[in-house]
Amino acid sequence: MPAVPNAVFKALADPTRRAIFEGLTRDGEQTVHSITQRARISQPAVSKHLAQLKQARLVRNRHCGRETHYSARPEALAPLVDWLKVYGAFWLDRFDRLESLLERMEP
Amino acid sequence: MSDTTKADTAECPSTLVVERVFPHPPAKVWRALTEGPLLAQWMMNNDFQPVVGHKFQFRADPAPNWNGIVDCEVIAVEPPKRLSYNWGVGPSEYGLHWVVLWTLTPTDGGTHLRMEQSGFTAVQQAAYNGARYGWNKFFGGLDQVLGGIQ
Repeated sequence: MPAVPNAVFKALADPTRRAIFEGLTRDGEQTVHSITQRARISQPAVSKHLAQLKQARLVRNRHCGRETHYSARPEALAPLVDWLKVYGAFWLDRFDRLESLLERMEP
Repeated sequence: MSDTTKADTAECPSTLVVERVFPHPPAKVWRALTEGPLLAQWMMNNDFQPVVGHKFQFRADPAPNWNGIVDCEVIAVEPPKRLSYNWGVGPSEYGLHWVVLWTLTPTDGGTHLRMEQSGFTAVQQAAYNGARYGWNKFFGGLDQVLGGIQ
């Protein structure tokens, strides 16, 4: 299922969440316990960040005994990387250029 | 200037919207959107004519995976409120096609300009080879996009 780019943007705009996501991408599946140790913030704070990443479908989780394991879903980024990046940047640049043209034009 | 960029929130994103308010009247913004020489100054070189059914091209410098040409056909011309054209990149058999819709709304002392680019579904299919983007490249690129949006 494709990710929702708005949620993806929001989730990755935060540096802590980005670090968590990067860690899961780089090192594979981890427990909440081990993510907490690396992040150096409280477990409830980590859980909150993970919930937001999950909402953006950037991570998935599975329960195993008393531990919850999280892993990255980098494929969730594909729509964002390909079209939003290219065209989002393109139109913002064109709007800037239009703005300066309008300034230069006769009324 | 107020400035927003958003994708629709549907499960399958298919629309990109960029909006901005300009302190210029709609008639002036309309000219910038529809007079070829003015359009060339902020978009790309073109042979645009504000005539429904007119086929035209935007031409930019070629880039990797893109010959620099956008093939377009005018769909709607309603001065000074609405302008729409097809937007095609690449050969027609396997190229990528969107619709670009410009909407101008008068505001107090200016114009609210909205650009909606729709039809991203085909692009998304192609997007799943996104693995070719390195992580570093991605995070660098995202910062730039977020910087532009905020």
